[in-house]
Amino acid sequence: MSWFNTFFNSSIGKKLFMGITGISLILFLKFHLINNLSLFGGPEIFNTVVKNLESIKPLVRVIEVVLALIFLIHIFNGIRLWIENKKARPVKYAVNGSSKNSTIYSRTMAQTGSIIFIFLVIHLRTFWMSFNSIGVVGIEEHKYYEFVASTFLDPIYSGFYVFAMILLGLHLNHGFQSVFQTFGWTHKKYTPIINVIGTIYSIFVAIAFASIPIYFLFIQGGK
Amino acid sequence: MSGKNINVSLKIWRQDGPKTVGSFAEYKISISPDASFLEMLDEINNDLESKNQIPIAFESDCREGICGTCGLVINGQPHGPIPKIATCQLHMRNFKDGDPIWIEPFRAKAFPIIKDLVVDRSGFDEILQTGGYISINTGGVPDANAIPISKDIASLAMDAAACIGCGACVAACKNASAMLFVSAKVSQYALLPQGQPERSQRVQSMVAKMDELGFGSCTNTYACEAECPKGISVTNIARMNRDYIKASVTSNSVE
Repeated sequence: MSWFNTFFNSSIGKKLFMGITGISLILFLKFHLINNLSLFGGPEIFNTVVKNLESIKPLVRVIEVVLALIFLIHIFNGIRLWIENKKARPVKYAVNGSSKNSTIYSRTMAQTGSIIFIFLVIHLRTFWMSFNSIGVVGIEEHKYYEFVASTFLDPIYSGFYVFAMILLGLHLNHGFQSVFQTFGWTHKKYTPIINVIGTIYSIFVAIAFASIPIYFLFIQGGK
Repeated sequence: MSGKNINVSLKIWRQDGPKTVGSFAEYKISISPDASFLEMLDEINNDLESKNQIPIAFESDCREGICGTCGLVINGQPHGPIPKIATCQLHMRNFKDGDPIWIEPFRAKAFPIIKDLVVDRSGFDEILQTGGYISINTGGVPDANAIPISKDIASLAMDAAACIGCGACVAACKNASAMLFVSAKVSQYALLPQGQPERSQRVQSMVAKMDELGFGSCTNTYACEAECPKGISVTNIARMNRDYIKASVTSNSVE
């Protein structure tokens, strides 16, 4: 398998694995979002959705392991690329002209990614751990909706959530079209369409996820 | 001739040799707006020499934008603020009176500084040596149009071959990646029938050499395309990615 090693560790191989894992995470986000949006249906619908997921627990566990692996490859490669790319220019320019030739979100993937990672850890701690330890920490039997609602009443928690979602939108906006470039799928007819779809998708994902804490903090919490 | 001289103050990187520590030195000059950027530097050097001081080392050759020898980072941008030109095609009329101008060498681990603004770009030659050639049968001179090639493909190959190997893509990239250069060279052969015999092997060896020399990886910011004096498109990078992935996955070599 030495050819695979060479391939995986080449500059293009690292990009490719960033792309494959990235697009997988983008697809996962879609399913995650659909489940989350059921919160707007009220306690009954959301609790039923979570209960349904509970009933297929073994499958969910397998998906979770695969997701964790995908995340780890994405993060590991991201950090490795960041370090190597820093080393490729040991002496920096006195005048940084990068704002004149590239977009800020394309240059800050490592930074937005890092904050999204911090968000992910907090997010898993709050929701994933609590949902998976009913009766142990805090949540009463099948009161998922109520737990979510009370968590988002904290303005600091909700504020960070919204901030992280804005960064996620910027991260996806670069990531989405970047995947196609990395795979080599560029075409005069389709690349402009892909770019537009990527931007619309990113804005939609960011707004849709962020709407949940905003809804609970201001609309539900205001009642 | 357009108007009177402008006064500019320059901060220029001075470094005695590869191992020494460099710093910025300040120069002031009154220059005609019709002077080219390199003529302005020539003026400064004349002045320095007349004072028995060491002139600023910088590279240039054709001074008409086709050789790729010149290359300075001017106010943070390789080849200066005007798109699609080399440093030698930049004129002082693009600067306003009193403008501060910072001049730096191309900065990358793979482009070590030789002196002042001169960097060693022989890494590009090494990359070309690993695959920048095609197999040609010996014998009589082949007929020029024996192999039919569509105009569209010929144009794409020519666009890629327009790369002058100046290294501005490396200088502009935040990762000091050479992918635009390498992809242009890979593409100019990959697009044409004559380049097919070595197509897989070429992309693999050129990418391997590029990685070995310490150029960074591409993160698709497309700063290279924006700064390229010849407007080489990043679609060449996509073509190289495609070829490299295909070559790695489908070749029979397991090493």
